[in-house]
Amino acid sequence: MTEIVQDALLRLEGVYTNIAQYHILQSVDLMVPRGGVTMLLGRNGVGKTTTLRTIIGHWRAHQGRILFDGEDIARMPTPAIARAGIGFVPEDMGIFADLTVAENMSLAAISGPIHSARLDWIFAAFPPLKTFWNSEAGTLSGGQKQMLSIARAMVEERKLYLIDEPTKGLAPAIISTMAKALKDLKDQGASILLVEQNFAVAKALGDSANVMDDGRMIWSGEMAELNRDGDLQERLMGLSMEAH
Amino acid sequence: MSAAPEHAPTMARLSLRDRIAPHMPVLLVPLLAIAGFLAIMNPASWLTLTVSGLAMGMMIFVMASGLTLVFGLMDVINFGHGAFVSVGAFVGISVLLALGHMTSAPSLFLNLGAILAAVTAAMLATGAMGWAFEKVIVAPVYGHHLKQILVTMGGLIVVEQLIIVFWGPEEIYFNRPETLKGAITFAGAAIEKYRLVAVAVGILVFVTMRWVLRRTKLGLIVRAGVENGEMVMAMGYNLRLVFVGVFLAGSALAGLGGVMWALYQEVITAHMGNHAMILIFIVVIIGGLGSVEGCFIGALLVGLMQNYIAFLEPKAALISNIALMVAILMWRPMGMIPVVKAK
Repeated sequence: MTEIVQDALLRLEGVYTNIAQYHILQSVDLMVPRGGVTMLLGRNGVGKTTTLRTIIGHWRAHQGRILFDGEDIARMPTPAIARAGIGFVPEDMGIFADLTVAENMSLAAISGPIHSARLDWIFAAFPPLKTFWNSEAGTLSGGQKQMLSIARAMVEERKLYLIDEPTKGLAPAIISTMAKALKDLKDQGASILLVEQNFAVAKALGDSANVMDDGRMIWSGEMAELNRDGDLQERLMGLSMEAH
Repeated sequence: MSAAPEHAPTMARLSLRDRIAPHMPVLLVPLLAIAGFLAIMNPASWLTLTVSGLAMGMMIFVMASGLTLVFGLMDVINFGHGAFVSVGAFVGISVLLALGHMTSAPSLFLNLGAILAAVTAAMLATGAMGWAFEKVIVAPVYGHHLKQILVTMGGLIVVEQLIIVFWGPEEIYFNRPETLKGAITFAGAAIEKYRLVAVAVGILVFVTMRWVLRRTKLGLIVRAGVENGEMVMAMGYNLRLVFVGVFLAGSALAGLGGVMWALYQEVITAHMGNHAMILIFIVVIIGGLGSVEGCFIGALLVGLMQNYIAFLEPKAALISNIALMVAILMWRPMGMIPVVKAK
């Protein structure tokens, strides 16, 4: 247990989040280790997005602690949380449609100008961003917008990436591009907390998994273990990964 | 799984109509000027009215530009914006009256020095007032439009009464600085010197604002914040600080506009800002909430329309700008240059 605590980059302890009169998160515990991809799984509406938004500070935890790199960030304002080293890719992508691709990327680079090597790596992962570099982001296709959304988080090295359903509604070929980019990011030693409904992607990327239901964390363990156990998948999520 | 193919987009040739459509708001200004020319049919009168309309539009733009950013970035409906116009006018004109020896001298250098002092004092006063207004009156009602309307309207009334307490209830008449009096004659048309100055100041403010918004990181943050403030904060930017800065700058610009408006009319009253708010709101709405470019074009249209109609059919002048707003909103319900909102 002590070893896990030392390795933890992010740790949620008994986190409760209310939105208006609704109790969305109810005593959520979650540990994200340094390095690798931690999956956050569960059916729609169980609190996965709320968990990410609570971590980044868009919604406030009413109880509990959120320890990031040893510091409690639960009461910190969102900009301070981001500057502590957390990159966020929201479910709605959050791109700035009136700004060009270049301006979106420039804005995401909070430490200064974008390093050319980093930009080359991003262009290699997402070639359309180079093609449409000076186009308004609002004119991009859905897949290209998602690429931009992830590229913005990747434009600088972050301690932790919070990524919410990056493959939602995308064509299989684009999903493959996304998965490869995230795999590259992971191979560079990045720590990623990933919400994903596409189980092929989850199986390919996930190292550990956490399953939520009804605002609570109901299972945590190795992704491989969940992957192997069809009964467990059925019990936790009401479906089998084999079917996907 | 195979990787996504590289994109090699093929571009269709757009029709003339499709190519013109994005620039239509800009084209409306010369189109209105041409329509005015055809209706007036007197080149000298038309030129006088056009310069007058442009000058009026520039002054409305200066007053309204801060409000449109506050609307767009902070989602705040500030009915108290007119208070900054009035305070700016009173502070600025008080400075000008105190520097009577400079304004009455037939020296362009001394006159401009006096105006610079007046404008600086007005912008400092209204900037500081804007900072306090945001902290005390606006901050508690973020996200509550009805409360914003009520409380900022209340703030406007309080400020107007404070002006009456400090400067008295009477209208204050004054003369423009010596070298800005009178007119020059060009192509048979008499053009007031001050109106040319107002046009120059308006263009300078617009170019500066556009440069800041388009060419600086701060501008990027403001433009992105207008679209999706939550995401800007998630990138690590303190949007709250930017909010206060924009409110302060918008208030200072309203103060500048107040001085310009006062010099245009050569009389100031405690209610002058409140009266200007009708035109300011029309400009902000038809321009597209949050759009500085839209605000600029809208202000020019309002200025030209007001002057042309006042010449052609004085009784219709009052309703002409309302009719302009109705027509533009029927054409583009979100304003001429709508700002995309991620909400």
